[in-house]
Amino acid sequence: MTVSSSTPTARPSGEYRPSKAMGSTADLLDTRVGVAKAVKFIGRKIFPEHWSFLLGEIALWSFVVLILTGIFLTMFFDPSMAHTTYPEDAMPATHQGMEMSVAYESTVLMSWEVKGGLLMRQMHHWAALLFVAAIVVHMFRIFFTGAFRKPREINWLVGFTLLILSLLAGFSGYSLPDDVLSGNGLRIADGVAKSIPIIGSYVSYGLFGGEFPGEHIIPRLFTVHILLIPAAIVALVTVHLILMVVHKHTQYPGVGRTDNNVVGYPAFPVYAAKMAGFFLIVFGFIALMGATMSINNVWNYGPYDPSPVSAGAQPDWYMLFLEGALRLMPGWEVVIAGYTLSLNILIPGVIVPGLLFTFLAVYPFLEAAATKDQREHHVLDRPRNVPVRTALGVAYLGAFGVTVLAGANDLIATHFELSINDITWFFRIAFFVLPVVLFIATKRICLGLQRRDRELALHGHETGRVVQLPDGAFMEVHKPLTDEERWLLVAHEAQRPIEVGPATDRRGVDRPGYRADRIRHRISRFFYEDRVEPVTPAELAAAAHHGHGPETDGHPEEPHEIHGGSMEVTRPEAAADEQVEQPPSGGSIATLARGEKG
Amino acid sequence: MSTEQHVAPAEAQEPELFENPGTEEHRERLGDVDPRYAKANERLIALILAVSALASIGSIVAYVALPLEDLWSVRNSTLFLGLGLGIGMLGIGVAAIHWAKTLMSNVEYVEERHPQRSDDEPRAVAADMMKHGVEDSGIGRRPLLKGAALGAVALAPLPYVVPLVANLGGDWNVGAFRHTLWGETPEEYSGRLPDGSLGRRLARDPEDTPIRATDVTNGSVFHVIPHGLNEHEHFYEEKAKAVVLMVRLDPDLLHEPEEKADWSYNGIVAYSKICTHVGCPVALYEQQTHHLLCPCHQSTFDMTDQAKVVFGPAKRPLPQLPIAVDDEGYLVARADFDEPIGPSYWERLQ
Repeated sequence: MTVSSSTPTARPSGEYRPSKAMGSTADLLDTRVGVAKAVKFIGRKIFPEHWSFLLGEIALWSFVVLILTGIFLTMFFDPSMAHTTYPEDAMPATHQGMEMSVAYESTVLMSWEVKGGLLMRQMHHWAALLFVAAIVVHMFRIFFTGAFRKPREINWLVGFTLLILSLLAGFSGYSLPDDVLSGNGLRIADGVAKSIPIIGSYVSYGLFGGEFPGEHIIPRLFTVHILLIPAAIVALVTVHLILMVVHKHTQYPGVGRTDNNVVGYPAFPVYAAKMAGFFLIVFGFIALMGATMSINNVWNYGPYDPSPVSAGAQPDWYMLFLEGALRLMPGWEVVIAGYTLSLNILIPGVIVPGLLFTFLAVYPFLEAAATKDQREHHVLDRPRNVPVRTALGVAYLGAFGVTVLAGANDLIATHFELSINDITWFFRIAFFVLPVVLFIATKRICLGLQRRDRELALHGHETGRVVQLPDGAFMEVHKPLTDEERWLLVAHEAQRPIEVGPATDRRGVDRPGYRADRIRHRISRFFYEDRVEPVTPAELAAAAHHGHGPETDGHPEEPHEIHGGSMEVTRPEAAADEQVEQPPSGGSIATLARGEKG
Repeated sequence: MSTEQHVAPAEAQEPELFENPGTEEHRERLGDVDPRYAKANERLIALILAVSALASIGSIVAYVALPLEDLWSVRNSTLFLGLGLGIGMLGIGVAAIHWAKTLMSNVEYVEERHPQRSDDEPRAVAADMMKHGVEDSGIGRRPLLKGAALGAVALAPLPYVVPLVANLGGDWNVGAFRHTLWGETPEEYSGRLPDGSLGRRLARDPEDTPIRATDVTNGSVFHVIPHGLNEHEHFYEEKAKAVVLMVRLDPDLLHEPEEKADWSYNGIVAYSKICTHVGCPVALYEQQTHHLLCPCHQSTFDMTDQAKVVFGPAKRPLPQLPIAVDDEGYLVARADFDEPIGPSYWERLQ
């Protein structure tokens, strides 16, 4: 049976007769802008379905909520650092007559004196946290399933840029209320800017329009936050989605799914309903969060003042990794010919994040170099089937996780009554050790899962039915897999290290490109040296013929296989006492064929 | 039962890879075969939509009915507005998805994919077009124009970019990082030292009241600003540089180098409160250990030993403010800090 011939297509077969109003509207649009062509292109386009495809959608819809709530906030926020006194007749009473900036005053006023203002502020903040979180999780879904492979490398870079923009959007927005916390965040940004070699003090001076804090930074960040970054995000999201339609969405491996087709439901009406519905669910969820969970109640911290700071202060979660890296770094600072180089800030503030982000950006190209694979891929990988990629991703998240936790080391210290110095030292070591441990462990787990898949594909399901053979041996009866079940386990292709041509050509002259090939070969070996290849039809046939295979003839008294742990249970006295209905004892997968035993 | 001899030819016949079994057959849902279930789902969806509509109306009622008077009313208004908005949206969303999953067709369709690469024919046409276009433009034959156009295009943004970037930093007076208000001694905020010179008085933050040496009892901690700071035109910028933390310790505990022996007064020492790491206020003083901890990144400074770093990412000790007592008994700064306060920067030592 071929994949597509017997399945229906989503093109309409019967004639469509619209109502009169619909028909004339459609005709009006089509004769003027040719709308029928667009409807024909997108109307019944097929999209595959999987819960993990919703992660990017969460990011998209929380961005829409950010825009909607953000428009509300701009109506009442005044991005000015001019000095003012909080009105005597406005809530909260603690602020009446207090000196502050206009930006802070308008933030507090819109929370206390504008109905729905606090709700919109809280929704905006929760949506921002969700936006960045959804982007990160979506990105790692793409990473672990190999959805970045050809032809989607450019879209990976578009998504990567969106991640950076989302961080900038978050940081610029966080700074706007001009409270003590956000002011200290800006002060840290100022310190990091000053650490840049040669031009640091000018970067700081240019950023703040003079000395920190000045009166320019909040109006400037406001423009960045509500115009430059959202415009760039809208533009890139558009590119991101157009490319998704152009490439057609990836799909998980499964029966009937190939690199040459896409299996799923039509855009109209199924995805129109599901996407609109999901937008409203994300919207509703954020609204409930804004209604019930308070966040960033700035009046508890007070207006910015360069002197106070509150202990246990954390930035929003997506900035924790930078904060944590700053906290972990030992105090290294060198003076070269009278000039100061602040390694204690440059390394965690610039170099470590630079390396982390560069790895993400270039990874698709690194892997393509290792595989020399020029084909298009539309069927996703199961993470276990690419152990080194999966292990690299987990190790990466491990390093990231250490810096995130280190960004909360003071809270860990106070909550668990531990020494903050010990925690910091633990994280310093963990930052280097944990990724290595996670890499090795994840790779081994992936290889183990692949071996298990092989076992399952070769021998079928355990049934728990143990029988005794005439010679006294016990064995477990296995149930064969259906073709559909087996396909999931054997559909992927084996990746092997690439071969390298000889160093010299036939006449003994050095071959150009040999050195590059060697490097590529080394990367490729790193990726694919250790591997478990999928079962081939020949192996399955051999297993069945050798008596390894699943029991297919319906005679349980003549089973083909003895399952693991059989050596223990074949002791005569044990065998005599306990009859056949005994679950398999060991967890071992060692198999022993009857022929070999005899 | 098979033997080795039978296996070999069988293996030879096997294909190299498994064949894709093809899409599964569509299984009908309960609602597809029994109209009663479809009807029940229809009713459920209508009910959810009704709840949504009621929630939206309820939200508007809450907007009109709930006043903003105190903390509790703000909280209630936020809660009920948000619940109405949230349930209103969630309701439609849940209803739409339930509709899509139960009542809309769930027949899976297959669509062919085509390679991203264009076919040879359009590729050839495109290449041809580009070739013709380039020929028509004559750019290949006129290298002078190529150079002139490139040069003009490269320079044209400068009249926009240069004023933009050049104005960002205002007066670009980065030398201001080196000076604080402690070096300025206007008469009304200063006291006279025994040697006749003026020193800026130390004042409490934020009250701006000058501090007598006798007010500083053993073990007490003062957050200090230069007296008169609040009247300064650039209040925030100056405060960001000038804040000081002052403690009184047992003089026997203090390790003071010879040349700074007269920078403290009776065990009272004053250090810049701005962390030498990235500039957070170093605000947490531990009475028992005499350590000063930065709450941002946990740099820890030893107040008994020149505010040297004992832990954390900071490298340099906090700069010390030399203090003395004026003829009226108030604490004053004998001079400005002798180095720039706060985080390091490239030309700090120049």
